[in-house]
Amino acid sequence: MSAGKSNLIAGATGDWEVVIGLEVHAQISSEAKLFSGASTKFGAEPNTQVSLVDAAMPGMLPVINRECVKQAIRTGLALGAQINCYSVFDRKNYFYADLPQGYQISQFKQPIVGKGTITLDFLDGSTKEVGIERLHLEQDAGKSLHDQHPTMTYIDLNRSGVALMEIVSDPDMRSAEEAGAYLRKIRTIVRYIGSCDGNMEQGSMRADVNVSVRRPGEELGTRCEMKNINSIRFAQQAIEYEARRQIDILEDGGTIKQETRLYDSVLGETRTMRSKEEAHDYRYFPDPDLLPLEFEQSWVDELAAELPELPDDKKNRLMADLNLPSYDAGILVSEPEIATYYEVVAKGRDAKTAANWVITNLFAALNAQGKSITDSPVSPDQLGQLIDLITDDTISGRIAKDVFEVMIKTSDDPAKIVEEKGLKQITDTGAIEGMIDQIIADNPDQVTQYAGGENPKVIGWFVGQVMKASQGKANPGAVNKLLKEKLG
Amino acid sequence: MTKLTDLSMADALAGLDNKDFTSVELTEAYVAAVEGGTSINAYTTQTPEKALEMAAAADASRAAGTAGPMAGIPLAIKDLYCTEGVLTTASSHILDGFTPAYESTVTSNLWRDGAVMLGKVSLDEFAMGSSNETSFYGAVENPWRAGDGKSRVPGGSSGGSAAAVAAHMAVAATGTDTGGSIRQPASFCGLVGIKPTYGRCSRWGVIAFASSLDQPGPITRSVKDAAIMLGSMAGYDAKDSTSIDTPVPDYAAALTGDIRGLKVGIPKEYRLDDAPAEILALWDQGVDWLKAAGAEIIDISLPHTKYALPTYYIVAPAEASSNLARYDGVKYGLRVPGDSLDSMYANTRAEGFGDEVTRRILIGTYVLSAGYYDAYYLKAQKLRTLIAQDFENAYASCDVILTPTAPSAAFGPGENADDPISMYLNDVFTVPASLAGVPGISIPAGLSGDGLPLGLQLLGKPFDEETVLRVAGVLEEAANFTAQPNNWWTGDKS
Repeated sequence: MSAGKSNLIAGATGDWEVVIGLEVHAQISSEAKLFSGASTKFGAEPNTQVSLVDAAMPGMLPVINRECVKQAIRTGLALGAQINCYSVFDRKNYFYADLPQGYQISQFKQPIVGKGTITLDFLDGSTKEVGIERLHLEQDAGKSLHDQHPTMTYIDLNRSGVALMEIVSDPDMRSAEEAGAYLRKIRTIVRYIGSCDGNMEQGSMRADVNVSVRRPGEELGTRCEMKNINSIRFAQQAIEYEARRQIDILEDGGTIKQETRLYDSVLGETRTMRSKEEAHDYRYFPDPDLLPLEFEQSWVDELAAELPELPDDKKNRLMADLNLPSYDAGILVSEPEIATYYEVVAKGRDAKTAANWVITNLFAALNAQGKSITDSPVSPDQLGQLIDLITDDTISGRIAKDVFEVMIKTSDDPAKIVEEKGLKQITDTGAIEGMIDQIIADNPDQVTQYAGGENPKVIGWFVGQVMKASQGKANPGAVNKLLKEKLG
Repeated sequence: MTKLTDLSMADALAGLDNKDFTSVELTEAYVAAVEGGTSINAYTTQTPEKALEMAAAADASRAAGTAGPMAGIPLAIKDLYCTEGVLTTASSHILDGFTPAYESTVTSNLWRDGAVMLGKVSLDEFAMGSSNETSFYGAVENPWRAGDGKSRVPGGSSGGSAAAVAAHMAVAATGTDTGGSIRQPASFCGLVGIKPTYGRCSRWGVIAFASSLDQPGPITRSVKDAAIMLGSMAGYDAKDSTSIDTPVPDYAAALTGDIRGLKVGIPKEYRLDDAPAEILALWDQGVDWLKAAGAEIIDISLPHTKYALPTYYIVAPAEASSNLARYDGVKYGLRVPGDSLDSMYANTRAEGFGDEVTRRILIGTYVLSAGYYDAYYLKAQKLRTLIAQDFENAYASCDVILTPTAPSAAFGPGENADDPISMYLNDVFTVPASLAGVPGISIPAGLSGDGLPLGLQLLGKPFDEETVLRVAGVLEEAANFTAQPNNWWTGDKS
């Protein structure tokens, strides 16, 4: 949906506008945690990746991990945001069993990254700008395991202290679709620069979704926040449900209570987690164990210079330099691995042909096998070789599709498959002529039809017969040309 | 012959070097003293076997010529320092049974240099107090008693440390100072106690009270001992982000005795109207001693001094309320079950923390609360900056500042128990330097009319512990404080 189109939701009493702001928690792809040397690998046995600091042992002190700071700066740069060379870590105080320190080290008043903007892309080629309010660094909490014992809760501290970037948007989105596009864009950006793997299933990217509704043009309504949503689809469902819930309440003459809600993906509904009255007073104050985080602008400049090409830049380049349509370019840059794959295929070849093969044939085959592009059975070099075989008339486009089917199954090189299966295109005019002569001799009726001009489409029938006789290997151009000559 | 336990650290090191006795012999004498002094209640945990092992290792290193600068010296360790495999309590019920799997950086440095651990000594619970009466393990008695024979508190929070050293149950002890917790007990017990510049000694492995104020330091029987021990304790530690990476000088070498031409500031704001005459008289005496040694006396002003105590009692509890949140019954120490997570928290913390700790957690939680933060915490931070600037301005015209350490000699048990404010007033002279992060030392300089020790305090420029120690050495010599407590705890009058 583009910015120009209406996103309004029809209610019983008129139209409503939904206003959405998102807080994305993106786990930094670092070896070690934000303030300790413990490993951050996903899926380890509970409590095997816990340092003394992560377990909040008495007398332990946090020490900032420079790699995490670097990734936050790079992400800020990729979001086109202001980098603050002076920022402060604060303690956010609350009690919970999986928060061993009794506080989370976060950044409250002075975050490392300030305002920025990202551009959302939609399938129809339209775009929309969404403001980034801030990005700050914070620690993740541990995990409570409620299903291990009938009466007790177990705590796994492997995640405790893992570095998160909280990316806060402005309340600029107006539909679930826009929110989805925003989440996809953030994921694309962090994956491009490698600051987060963007894996929402494993929890390395999660979203808190703020939703309110209002009459178009009026003041912002009271918002509700849905915490910890771990898929783009769920985020969109939660927004749809929540917007409708709020509209129904308002149209019934009720008021919206500001609260934190939970999205239940099984029931497809949101419900109250805690009201504003029950909200924590986090008692933020600067963490006295840490000095303010200060670095030189020159480091920021260095990191900016080393950033890889960002998705928007790449998309623009594909459109400008390779003349790809916006739709194709948008799909090809949506994941860094797809873009990399495509660029290998397209190198020195026709860009549009390469795009078609990747978007249509390769994606269909991968989808069918449930595979991602990183474990594609066909390498980009192999796909390129296949296109080359078409270009140099070794095989026809039709045969190429068959060869591709085999490649997907065997991962063999296309030339090998063509050779072994004898699929090489017949360009020898003598051989084609022989087949044509035979077909003409066997089908006098059709020859007459053609000659009499009764049915000009009959030429197509002849082509089909030749292709059949050649098992599809005859060069279609040569067949056409020879047929016309022979049939006069 | 002098008893081994009467030797200063410097003399004991000389004796060990001279093979007059071994560290094992020295340590055995101290182990016996510790066992004989239990009525003082200084030690919460005794580690005699570990001490003798360490002593034997020190003797071996001395024989091999690889002895460190503190090899063979038996120490008491404030029970706020985490010691690997040795119960560490912070004198709190809530840390019941807590035995760290790690060693604090400062104690690691001491063991690296060959020192010997006699055990862990009591403190005010979580270092919150000025009398060592808030320890879960009971009050510690001051080895010094007034002329009337009545008990006195050793001061706090490093009261166990000071009592152990004063009773010759350790050559010296580690302390920690947040608002005066090294200097005030040193003053009450007739000892030398130095709080170095914030960031000079690592806080890693020292249980936190108020992170922006806590600073480890030694309590010793002489200025030279303080210089030797501080040299071992100090140093940069990458594990403490507030530790400062600057070389550790040879502090003992700074004790030249020559302070000619040095400028000593006398802050007029410390001349409290209601201060006891004997405190003011001792201060004047200190001025005369330094003048006689060739120092120049300069009147200075630290105009925000009167805000120091209220500032401190906002900043320190605020940090403490957060630092002590980790004691929740989930991971270690005491757990008092409840029928929900919240009730388990409430039960554990209600039973685990004493009244003073509870009071400070409540104050700290209050001053950080939404709606009160700006009026209390933020304002206190601004005042803290002004107080630090006072010192910066003062040091433009002087090298050190001379003041009394505490507004009185050691008081009696329970005297301030019902009145937290009068207890907090004990820190009036020590707190400003803590807020400013500058180094301070207390030196025994005389006796009160009651026969109790009185200390003078010297404050220095950041990381200029050398000048502080040099002037302290001059004061020490001039004061010639040789009085000793009457040995009531063993009944041995010799």
